[in-house]
Amino acid sequence: MSLNEIGSMVAMQGFSGLSLFTVLLLMALGLAIIFGQMGVINMAHGEFMAIGAYTVYLCSQLTQNFAPGLREVYFVPAVVVAFFVAAAVGYAVEVLLIRRLYKRPLDTLLATWGLSLAMQQFFRSFINPKEVSAELPEWLLGAFNPTPSIQVPKNGIFVMGLTILVSAGVYLLMLRSRWGIRIRATTQNRIMSSAVGINTDRVDRFTFALGCGIAGLAGAAFTTIGSTGPTSGSLYIVDTFLVVVFGGAANLIGTIASAFSIAQAQSLLEFFLTSAMAKVLTLLTIIIILMIRPQGLFTTKVRT
Amino acid sequence: MNLLSKKLGKSDWIGVLVLAAIILVLFPSVFSIFRLNLIGKYLTYAFVAVSLVLLWGNGGILSLGQGVFFGLGGYCMAMFLKLEASDPISTKIQSTPGIPDFMDWNQITQLPFFWKPFYSLTFASFAILLIPALFAFIIGVAMFKRRVGGVYFAIITQAVALILSVLIVGQQGLTGGINGITDLKTLHGWDIRTDSAKYILYYVNGGLLIGCVVFTRWVLSTKFGMLLLALREKEDRVRFSGYDVANFKTLAFCMSAVMCAIGGAMFTLQVGFMSPSFVGITPSIEMVIYTAVGGRLSVLGAVFGTLLVNFAKTFFSEEYPDLWLFLMGATFIGVVLLFPDGLAGVYERYGKPRLQKLIGRRSLKPEPSVGVAAFESGGKHG
Repeated sequence: MSLNEIGSMVAMQGFSGLSLFTVLLLMALGLAIIFGQMGVINMAHGEFMAIGAYTVYLCSQLTQNFAPGLREVYFVPAVVVAFFVAAAVGYAVEVLLIRRLYKRPLDTLLATWGLSLAMQQFFRSFINPKEVSAELPEWLLGAFNPTPSIQVPKNGIFVMGLTILVSAGVYLLMLRSRWGIRIRATTQNRIMSSAVGINTDRVDRFTFALGCGIAGLAGAAFTTIGSTGPTSGSLYIVDTFLVVVFGGAANLIGTIASAFSIAQAQSLLEFFLTSAMAKVLTLLTIIIILMIRPQGLFTTKVRT
Repeated sequence: MNLLSKKLGKSDWIGVLVLAAIILVLFPSVFSIFRLNLIGKYLTYAFVAVSLVLLWGNGGILSLGQGVFFGLGGYCMAMFLKLEASDPISTKIQSTPGIPDFMDWNQITQLPFFWKPFYSLTFASFAILLIPALFAFIIGVAMFKRRVGGVYFAIITQAVALILSVLIVGQQGLTGGINGITDLKTLHGWDIRTDSAKYILYYVNGGLLIGCVVFTRWVLSTKFGMLLLALREKEDRVRFSGYDVANFKTLAFCMSAVMCAIGGAMFTLQVGFMSPSFVGITPSIEMVIYTAVGGRLSVLGAVFGTLLVNFAKTFFSEEYPDLWLFLMGATFIGVVLLFPDGLAGVYERYGKPRLQKLIGRRSLKPEPSVGVAAFESGGKHG
């Protein structure tokens, strides 16, 4: 094997790490808002991702059946629809369920686990018990070849672009907008925030919906990489929680850094070991680091 | 025993006796051996539920990795039974006789070193109790000394459950992979698959469970139990009073791990196999819901909760398989929202006062803060 070939192998393995990174990061961004900011342990986060993926799938079915001419353009609106559908479901869940449990964080875990079971069965009974995949437009298929031995898939670039867009959006929203100030104020001191005139219940509802919407975007991105099944979301939920905890629960940069390092570690290890052992080693390393540094990689100092 | 009955109080003994009567007399006389074996399987989960009453209900430490300890206990037992079932004569068609069949399928020609001690029943019995305890001790010390608690502890134990199940599935040649360890036949020459063996195992299991119930209630009535309650209510205050909080939490975690492991070992004996599907995240969380349905504060409630959820699961997944997960999800949500203290809470609130009226006794009001109060007056040393 020549040096050149090794170089391109590393580059491609790195790129496959990047696509894992994007899915993990999009999931984790939503969860960082819900878990990091609001303290809700949302075990159904993976199912919100599945909602996004199924929305894109249903959009693709609709386009195929009623407007086959729109096949090239439906995808971008479908991604937006996925966000809003997941956010709307999230809003409803907050109103019906989560609102009553803010004072009992461990109980949100049980309740949302129940929710995730019911949602998985919903997908199985009403959409499709098998894995489905959306019909992708031409411009997402195939790959670029920057050099003869390196292939960069186009869908990977699209997902990467979407991830950068969403991360930038979340950053601006949380740290540079009035809405973000309200969210952070409510997290830091609920009573004071409500005393200065912030409608904290409303903030809670929209924050939870936003986090779920971002999970929906993660699902939409996921459809370009793999097929979606009723339990697709739950495969990522533990990893996502670890990403958020590892990054330092309420910290955006930390979340990005930890998603990047976890995804890259896992896909580089997969190059040398079986994928099961790669996962075991990655998770074990995270846990050991968390034992040494329980507050995560980066921390925001807040008074509680 | 005298001291024990004094600590538990008279009415508490009646509950234990009722449970013992149901498990040891009622079920065996009503159900066929097939159903009884199934109930025995459910009762092995009840060990986990009881351990969670100690750890979660009273200690406030939610572990989502109890399946790990259940699995470790079960695997230790399964490894011993598997070695006994794979003697050179019955495995002579293999390319390497005398090793478990799945190793042979995976082109392993020599028994791995960590399997070798499991030829001895004595070692296996100690391993069932000590390996989970040691594992819990390591996790406990590492987490609690660093003051990792609450939500973070739940997430990390969940990750541990994921790691162990991925590891078992991934190392097919060493562990039997996704199928687990199957085709278990005899325990020291005693065939565990016959009906009479199943009856005996059911009674042993029931007896051990009642032992665990009594033990847990005794632990909760001691000063250590009071401290656990105090930890749940205000951990900092216990720490400032001079107690080493981490040690108490680790001890509770180890106790619960050993109980789970006994359940796991009995599971292997009664069901005849062990697989990674009892180790991972889903079974671990399901076992938490048994406790939640039964009542996280009540040891007896946890046993009844386990039985109830599993009866419902068997009934619905046989009759209406599509409905089962909806119902299970709704149960989770409903219990958390409406009955945070589960069946036991409902009984305390509605059943008990009526029962006492019937018997004509003055009702005793439950005092939730009793643990903290007692701790404050008695927490001088340490």
